[in-house]
Amino acid sequence: MSILAYNGGCVVAMRGKDCVAIATDHRFGVQAQTIDTDFEKVHQVAPKMFLGLVGLQTDILTVRERLAFRKKLYEIRENREMTPKVFSSMLSNFLYERRFGPYFIEPVIAGLDPKTSEPFICNMDLIGCPNVPDDFVVAGTCGEQLYGMCETLWKPDLEPDQLFEVISQSMINAFDRDAISGWGASVYIIEKDKITVKKLKTRMD
Amino acid sequence: MQAELARELPPAGFNFENCKRNEALINGGFLAPKTVKTGTTIAGIIFKDGVILGADTRATEGPIVSDKNCSKIHYLAPNMYCCGAGTAADTEMTTDLVSSQLALHRLNTGREVPVVCATTLLKQKLFRYQGNISAALVLGGVDLTGPTIYSIAPHGSVDKLPYTSMGSGSLAAMSVFESRYKPDMTEEEAKKLVRDAIAGGVFNDLGSGSNIDLCVIRKNKTVDYLRNYEIANRKGERTLDYSFLKGTTIVTGTKTFNLDITETVIPMEVA
Amino acid sequence: MFQQMNIQQNFPEYNIPGKQHHDFSPYESNGGSIVAIAGKGYAIIAADTRLSSGYSIHTRKQKKTFKLTDTTVLGSTGCWCDTLSLTSLLAYRMQSYVHTHQKTMSTNAIAQLISVMMYNKRFFPYYVSNVLAGLDEEGNGVVYSYDPIGHCEKTTYRAGGTAGALLQPVLDNQIGYKNQNLAEKPEITKEKAISIATDTFISASERDIYTGDSVVICIITKDGIEEKTVQLRKD
Repeated sequence: MSILAYNGGCVVAMRGKDCVAIATDHRFGVQAQTIDTDFEKVHQVAPKMFLGLVGLQTDILTVRERLAFRKKLYEIRENREMTPKVFSSMLSNFLYERRFGPYFIEPVIAGLDPKTSEPFICNMDLIGCPNVPDDFVVAGTCGEQLYGMCETLWKPDLEPDQLFEVISQSMINAFDRDAISGWGASVYIIEKDKITVKKLKTRMD
Repeated sequence: MQAELARELPPAGFNFENCKRNEALINGGFLAPKTVKTGTTIAGIIFKDGVILGADTRATEGPIVSDKNCSKIHYLAPNMYCCGAGTAADTEMTTDLVSSQLALHRLNTGREVPVVCATTLLKQKLFRYQGNISAALVLGGVDLTGPTIYSIAPHGSVDKLPYTSMGSGSLAAMSVFESRYKPDMTEEEAKKLVRDAIAGGVFNDLGSGSNIDLCVIRKNKTVDYLRNYEIANRKGERTLDYSFLKGTTIVTGTKTFNLDITETVIPMEVA
Repeated sequence: MFQQMNIQQNFPEYNIPGKQHHDFSPYESNGGSIVAIAGKGYAIIAADTRLSSGYSIHTRKQKKTFKLTDTTVLGSTGCWCDTLSLTSLLAYRMQSYVHTHQKTMSTNAIAQLISVMMYNKRFFPYYVSNVLAGLDEEGNGVVYSYDPIGHCEKTTYRAGGTAGALLQPVLDNQIGYKNQNLAEKPEITKEKAISIATDTFISASERDIYTGDSVVICIITKDGIEEKTVQLRKD
């Protein structure tokens, strides 16, 4: 088994029309044993930016703290808010620094630019190779299932409520075919003027 | 600046703090995760008025395509560009790093940097890491000695060639060059040749795919970066519409946070 | 001098002629995906036509569906030589059945036969992903899917092969109406099943490098087997 699949879990982010959505499951486990079913993998790092981290939980905690530190330092020094684009290149450099001894994580970033409100989504492999597409990004133990779902359901210029249905259906049906993800899900829809958080009803097995 | 004092400045270069632990994990029976590779077809040729670089746009993670339209022709300096194949992060970061070193070199000397200089920086870096930085590069540029193409292997060996290809689709691309390359081609001819070489990789190598990027660097120092020069593959038209009725997904709780902060600022009284 | 020669001989790159290599692998993955959907009065089974290994394509026109009878079609991917071996043995066993029992095999009899034939090779299995689609005695669609050592499961829809993981949740959602809170869930018509099967292959060829070129869809009804080809990405 891969180290990335030790704790299980998945994250997916999608672009819509002037909005982005990011979704996470709620399971935290140690291999096949479920420990927690209310464990979110998406963190709000700025008012309109969310960071999803899946992989080895111990590394996720470390990376999250170190990133928060670097981000605060940037904001103090530069006296401006960090854009998702800058945040992703900071994360990319941080991960590549450990090219030969990586953290076992897969990050997903979703957000709106604080000034222009331009949607931004991005994911990386564990050594920080950034991927910034204009449709969707996936990460986690059911990545293949998510790719299949998203490729079928996603289309350009989805309005926030349609985007919510598409991302939720993609995530729920994908993790139902994965033994180590699931147990509930949360969806964050980020729009220019508001953030909506929705908890989903899913299978709990 | 106070924060600067509190911060322990990390040393430059790679960080090996996790290596011992990761080795222990892998010895404990866990598999090492896959990194994103660019299976890739990249190529470069010299023509009458300069050089042309070409690349496909697919990045893969094992058998799964992780990026359908990534850009593999990296900027190094105004007069040179570099195609990268291998581990995606390695090609990206290596070319970025060398690009910044070249910018500093340019500012220090006040001259255009020769292409050999970039070649030397790249090969020394790659050789130092004994092939562990898995970047296979095709470097093309124009300087006062004329147009040049170099191919740089991950271990740091360098070839100076009139036409070359790299990556998993290199054989497909090279077969096109070997049958049709001739010196002093016109720009149109050369573009067509590179396009056909990359298309050979895109269609016959599973590690390469999607679109074709080209980059033309001319002796007169003009550059045409032709991103998605040809959209070689399009996504098929879905036959059904997969929109959902509102309320298809059952929601157990909703929270909304309004971000539109309309606060009026009262200026401080200074009188 | 003697010392030097020893060092030379110990170089790992030099293969010693006649030395036995123990890393021979009898299996190869030749890629390809299958989708099968069954409904009232029909069954459809679709498979792409790309045959590949590693990073190279062997052919773009390899059909992976095998017509066994007028009402039964087998889709088989994985190690292509095992598929060929299995299907030719199956054809022999089916012919033998016809001569013994004076009738063609029913879909569920074929399903059982495949299971037995695959379990026969329990310790040197056929490395294949099989999906069997056909009509039962009442003329309604059925799908049987297998693991490499002959476990058989009867379902109404199934995705298999290299893009199986990508497509199965799509079928769960679109055919099985899983996780959809709807007032009514209409039965999947033949036309809709064909459309969904086509769309799943369009999605699979985007992300799975071993799926592409074209997809052949076999539509099985009581009137016979109809075949339809849709082009996919060629990269």
